[in-house]
Amino acid sequence: MTTATEISDREIIAALQGGLPLVAKPYAEVAARLGMGEDDLIRRLQAMKDQGVIRRIAAAPNHYKLGMVANGMTVWDVDDASIAELGARVGALPYVTHCYERPRAPDAGWRYNLFAMVHGSTREEVEAKRAEIAALLGDACRSHSILYSKRILKKTGLRLRKRG
Amino acid sequence: MLDDTSRALINRLQDDLPMDSRPFAAVGRELGLSEDEVIARIKEMKEAGAVTRFGPFFDAAAMGGAFCLCAMEVPPERFEEVMTEVNAFPEVAHNYERDHALSMWFVLATETPEGIADTAARIERETGLPVLCFPKLQEFFIGFRVTA
Repeated sequence: MTTATEISDREIIAALQGGLPLVAKPYAEVAARLGMGEDDLIRRLQAMKDQGVIRRIAAAPNHYKLGMVANGMTVWDVDDASIAELGARVGALPYVTHCYERPRAPDAGWRYNLFAMVHGSTREEVEAKRAEIAALLGDACRSHSILYSKRILKKTGLRLRKRG
Repeated sequence: MLDDTSRALINRLQDDLPMDSRPFAAVGRELGLSEDEVIARIKEMKEAGAVTRFGPFFDAAAMGGAFCLCAMEVPPERFEEVMTEVNAFPEVAHNYERDHALSMWFVLATETPEGIADTAARIERETGLPVLCFPKLQEFFIGFRVTA
């Protein structure tokens, strides 16, 4: 006899990593597969959300299919003393979807430490946004570049390795 | 192309789904659509490739795991072969080709922080190419939305 308390978060994640079933009562279907009650599963998922294990239950769109065909990863060599302040300002721009400070890789000739992802329907649109970011960073930025995506090679959610 | 109803739906669905026994009915009420129509449209968008995945987004870090952006300089003549080798790793969550000497950019998601270096080393052995790791030091934006 399996009870809900014996079902681990790991088993719940494994059951949902391929996505939520597209049926009227998706949690009931997953709960039945796991051998637990629907209410128990919903409670457990809510707890996982509260802990931050689940960020959200949502759709991952394909930008290309939505007409956002230009996707540029802009990268910037920003003065370390200013990066916290300037990174926050770049991250707050409405067209920047991801913005991170990352380590430089000088041995590989990679001097950029600020990454900001910019999406648009044309390259001209992305270039205009890049110019705005350059103006915002001003003298604190020594050099920058933009890497356009050519192709999505893989896009899946988190996959757990099989155990045992 | 998506019609206005599907655009409204995909904009809504990039935000969190309510924790409801019948979540599609709840979203339908917000948008003036029936539960059946919400489900049918999500299926249609998945089949058309406009939605690549629908479900929970797990945070590897909150589960004790880690994410890391990595890049490789792949010789053009080996690109397809290396892509197949890299994509075969279940730890590779996303992989993009970009127009730069560093032509392959992928995200590793592993169950432990040590898993990143270990997986990067295994990819280096498998492909014979160096893997550069760019872990995030600071995040300046949380969330990810595009307007359809």
